[in-house]
Amino acid sequence: MGIWLLRRVGQIIPTLLILSVMIFGLQQLMPGDPALILAGEERGDPQVLAQIRAELLLDRPLHEQYLAWMGRVLQGDFGFSWRIRVPVSELILEKLPVTFQLGLMAFIIAVLIGVPLGILSAVRKDQPADWAANGAALFGISMPNFWLGILMILLFSVQLGWLPPSGYVPITEDFWQSIATTIMPAFVLGTGVAGVLMRHTRAAMLGAMSQDYVRTARAKGLRERVVVWKHALRNALIPVVTLGTIEFGRLLSGAVLTEQIFSIPGFGKLVVDAVFNRDYPVVQGVVLATAIIFVLLSLLADILYMAINPRLRRA
Amino acid sequence: MRRHFVAAAMAVGVALGTGLAAQPAAAQQHLRIALREDPDILDPTLARTYVGRIVFASLCDKLFDINEQLEVVPMLATGYRWENPTTLIITLRDGVRFHDGERMDAAAVVYSLNRHATFQGSFRRSELAGMEKAEAVDPLTVRITLRAPSAAFLSVLTDRSGMILSPRAAEAAGREFGLRPVCAGPFRFVERVAQSRIVVERFADYWNPSVIHLDRITYLPIPDNNARIANVQSGAVEFAERMEPDHVEMVARNNRLRVVQVPELGYQGITYNLNNGARAQTPFGQNPRVREAFELAIDRAAINQVVYGGAYTPTAQAVPPANPFHVRDFQPEARNVARARQLLREAGVQTPVRVELTVPNNPDLRQVGEVIQAMVREAGFELRINAMEFASSLQAATRGEFETYLLGWSGRVDPDGNIYTFVHSRGPANDGKYSNPEADRLLDAARVELDADRRRQLYAQLNQVALRQDRARMYLWHRKNIFIHSARLQGYVPVPDGMIRVQGLRLN
Repeated sequence: MGIWLLRRVGQIIPTLLILSVMIFGLQQLMPGDPALILAGEERGDPQVLAQIRAELLLDRPLHEQYLAWMGRVLQGDFGFSWRIRVPVSELILEKLPVTFQLGLMAFIIAVLIGVPLGILSAVRKDQPADWAANGAALFGISMPNFWLGILMILLFSVQLGWLPPSGYVPITEDFWQSIATTIMPAFVLGTGVAGVLMRHTRAAMLGAMSQDYVRTARAKGLRERVVVWKHALRNALIPVVTLGTIEFGRLLSGAVLTEQIFSIPGFGKLVVDAVFNRDYPVVQGVVLATAIIFVLLSLLADILYMAINPRLRRA
Repeated sequence: MRRHFVAAAMAVGVALGTGLAAQPAAAQQHLRIALREDPDILDPTLARTYVGRIVFASLCDKLFDINEQLEVVPMLATGYRWENPTTLIITLRDGVRFHDGERMDAAAVVYSLNRHATFQGSFRRSELAGMEKAEAVDPLTVRITLRAPSAAFLSVLTDRSGMILSPRAAEAAGREFGLRPVCAGPFRFVERVAQSRIVVERFADYWNPSVIHLDRITYLPIPDNNARIANVQSGAVEFAERMEPDHVEMVARNNRLRVVQVPELGYQGITYNLNNGARAQTPFGQNPRVREAFELAIDRAAINQVVYGGAYTPTAQAVPPANPFHVRDFQPEARNVARARQLLREAGVQTPVRVELTVPNNPDLRQVGEVIQAMVREAGFELRINAMEFASSLQAATRGEFETYLLGWSGRVDPDGNIYTFVHSRGPANDGKYSNPEADRLLDAARVELDADRRRQLYAQLNQVALRQDRARMYLWHRKNIFIHSARLQGYVPVPDGMIRVQGLRLN
């Protein structure tokens, strides 16, 4: 187990290095000269452009730019935002808790809706409950986030006046207000993931329910509840956990539209604004941070497999 | 178990619905303003966004301001006089303090002007390029010497170049000044959370306290148009800036909201590539008659009606009607498809004439492109629309990778700021590389002409040369700044520059 873990962690380092090259390289393929964007209405002045390029090392060869960036990153310095001159690491630390809270709430909502519905529809296969659950999942998957978001704002904020339409209050500042500002975006994000989780839980449960050990358990005269919860579900959960961690990673990196609609100052909004403003250090820093989170999450998934399935521990 | 869950869910719903719902306005005079974008750095020397200027309006007073008639009025200055065409004497208001308690005097003005003009990375450099030196004559008098006479110089001091910073704070903070700006405006900086909020509070020692009634202002960047309108409808903010024409009707029947529409200082227009690389070597780029036919095929008023519900003002020139330098008798020509076809025949070009229109990828601008496409087809043009993300389209324009380019300009108080840089052969934003010595001569003359009537004449002549004769570019319309605010908010004075001046604002 210890050696396995060491080897697994060792794999992370080359992965991240390759990722950093990709992040840097892909960004260079973006059309649009950052100096032109940063120069704004002074973009026609060659002196201003030259000055910006020199200051941001944009006049150096690509490999020099990459090495300069990596050198600083390895020392924990992600540079500063070209647009607002705030250190990127500060921005990441400021936005990460926001996105994490939103992602976690959305994930909890998704699990609370998706997994029970998946189990229900597997156990009641081809019955009205199954059809209803499938319909709900289809709704969750196919409803565009921005549309559902706007509808919710119109209903809960404009019509009923129950919830603030946008903005964010940190959980450390005011717990309930923080929940009030994030519950709608979390629900919007969570419904999409819930649909995916429901479909996978259903498929995995159906697979598990047809296994020999389930038939044996039933033959032993165990009650159906014990068969479902103790025997089938535990085995069915393994692919669901894999999917769950991937989806959670996606929630952390891909809440762009939802954050935009609800003006939640999280990772997604940060990176989109940075892309449109060609604020390279922010794009690089945030994407790299997201990649690190993803890699760590997949490590967590591997560790969770072990916890759920003892056979893997011996392998 | 299921019943318990439902009960718990309902309890949470009720709790959310009653206790934690939309928070009531915390302080009595706390104004919340929804901005269309998140501003860039809050340093008047380094800032470059329009939205940043809206925040500066509460933080940093300027030497001069402009009023609703676009006249220059004193702010931190009490007056000015031209000693000779290149020497400007400015007298300063006594007893003005910066937010850090330092005194605002001639030395601070000289320091700020020099910082704007010379600081590394300054975006004020080209505005102040004509300033040779600034010096303190006495503690309340500043003498500015220009390299050449400039009719536009005073108006430059009504924007960021005229904002006076506390020298002590600016020296101490250096490039980080924008993280905690210290100026002499009615509000002082409290905090900023990027992409979330900028908070300012009333400055107790402001020089003109009688016009300040608010205690605190929070600026909230809410880029999504639907979300911004929902915020103002639900009362989560009291003011929303730069709304769209279709919002006007949406809130017209809501008696808790007010709509304010102000004509802007800028314009929307089409830049033609006349001389910038290979893409200019087309019948369209080389023959003014073809461009005249193109313009005659377009009905500006109809596009304005279709896309913007008639909210904007069709135009043929760069300067809007509210500006004293607007040339009244220079109006858009009526659409004339027969004449356009005849011009194409006279030009001897093969129809359909193929032209590409580069359009920044916004829904309304794409729609404008489509309407133009349909209109010019009738005259014999085959227009291809090339929708591009904004940053990429700017680069394409600078490099000459375009034939025609649909682009707007936010506008300046002085007409020079709307024309020179786009039309003069050495103009830095002349993407189409239009060049005519006569147009250059008129522009240079207008720049130094201090007599308003003679200056207007020069711009009228320029319109004839560059627009009617050479068809160097086409102006479409002047947009409107649309603001929606709570009926509780009183005292808002709309000025065409679209700024939200906080003097006189009050919440009932």
